[in-house]
Amino acid sequence: MSDDKAKKTIEDKLTTIKYNCDSESHLVIDRELCKNCESRCCTYICPAKVYTYDENQNIINVDYENCLECGACRIACPYGAINWNYPKAGYGVVFKQS
Amino acid sequence: MEENKSQKFDAIIVGAGPAGVAAAVTIARGGARVLLVERSEFAGTKNMIGGAVFLTALKDIFPNSWEQAPIERYINKHTWSLLTDNSSVDVACDFPCSPKSASIYRSKFDSWLVDEAKKEGVYFAPSTLVKRLIKKNGYFCGVETELEEIFADVIILADGVNSLLARQHGLRYDYETKDTVLSVKETIKLSKEIIEERFNIEKGTKNGAARNFLGGLKLENAPFALGFMYTYTDSVSIGLGVNLEDLNRYGLNPSDLLERLKEHPNVKPLIQDGEMLEYSAHLIPEGGFKKLPKLCANGVILVGDAAGFINAIHFEGTNFAFASGKYAGETVLAALKIKDYSKKTLKLYEKKLKQSFVLKDLKSYKDIMENLYSRTESLMNYYPKKASEFFKIFTGANCKPKRDEFRNFIVHFIKDRSLRELLKDAWAFISSVFGVLK
Repeated sequence: MSDDKAKKTIEDKLTTIKYNCDSESHLVIDRELCKNCESRCCTYICPAKVYTYDENQNIINVDYENCLECGACRIACPYGAINWNYPKAGYGVVFKQS
Repeated sequence: MEENKSQKFDAIIVGAGPAGVAAAVTIARGGARVLLVERSEFAGTKNMIGGAVFLTALKDIFPNSWEQAPIERYINKHTWSLLTDNSSVDVACDFPCSPKSASIYRSKFDSWLVDEAKKEGVYFAPSTLVKRLIKKNGYFCGVETELEEIFADVIILADGVNSLLARQHGLRYDYETKDTVLSVKETIKLSKEIIEERFNIEKGTKNGAARNFLGGLKLENAPFALGFMYTYTDSVSIGLGVNLEDLNRYGLNPSDLLERLKEHPNVKPLIQDGEMLEYSAHLIPEGGFKKLPKLCANGVILVGDAAGFINAIHFEGTNFAFASGKYAGETVLAALKIKDYSKKTLKLYEKKLKQSFVLKDLKSYKDIMENLYSRTESLMNYYPKKASEFFKIFTGANCKPKRDEFRNFIVHFIKDRSLRELLKDAWAFISSVFGVLK
């Protein structure tokens, strides 16, 4: 199987998806709460790798542009630190073949 | 919105999926003014389905037009596979002449549903995000969108698994991770001919196949996960539903797990040389009967995924969505007739659900997911392995006396997993079956 067709990494997979990106994030996290978090489960359970941990600054970065709007992070976050909303009407992910 | 005489409707439905549309057409058919609002620009583009809708429920809502729905293939062949690291033991059934489900793309199918609803007089407002519900004198009586307030006698929440509105207004608690499944999926392009060949489908027909996979993720601490595949006209879907608590506990990423399934020697040939068309993810509320929300309150009703109507064992959801939407619609019509939108009147909805397969099934299946989840290790690893070992003896012609091989198999069946654990497995199985039948 040719690897370019197969798409194995999340980064590759996300290139198959159409988005109408808003300039504002629909996901707002409480970074103070995040500082106490040991598991940082948002960084691995998210199917779109929206959350990444910046070790130097000890903060979570949020690439809301990639969000698939599934809601897993909101339920999984042990601190309830994610203020999860839908993107504004007409914005966000546009699934065509799902 | 096509027409806007006044900003008052008989009913407003939030969410244009199967449940919302079923409710909307039922109310419109009764002659009432109904508004269907949807946050996306085109219905279905926020949605994802493993692959197939159930036809009995679809026919019930659209008896005359269902055949015009954008159906990809009729799914009449089902195969369930127990996977070990490098083997597969399968059970299959095939009904080529009587399809019960059909593969669809949500973007096309949900848009078709909305078009049908519009034909029947439903007002449709796309690109409309409801921020909160309006409540006056203890009654829900309207919605506040990003732009305006719109009023109605009854609001139906068909806003899906995350139903922010239901949580915001205390109609339901949040799901726990153990009751939630995260499903990731890829749509993979393959030619018609290749699909027909790989899935043993008669050439040139609209027949199709579904596959389910248990195990095969090559993990010692395997999460509770079920793989699935559906055939489309010239693509296939492959996906994996994983319990969210397990993802959390074992530090796993759902996309990586799906890659493990895709690499399995019995799965890989099915998708080989395919080109990925789209990646997607969605949550499934699997709390079932024990986690039901308030199904209605003064002026509001919950339907479909927003109400948590899922039977995970049979992959059922769209049928519950259509049926609950219809019962909600019928209830609204009855309430409009007597102009009483109190919880007491809307309880008719619960009564209808209780008399139907929706709450009957949810009730009889209430313990199954918990039972299975408690046996994750045996389901994901032990039994697939033992099934594989059995068939290796049965088909292997290993030039050893069968008596010795089978005896050895039985001894190890008990030794490899203590008698205590086997009894627990058996008990989980028996109590699940008994729960459904009693």
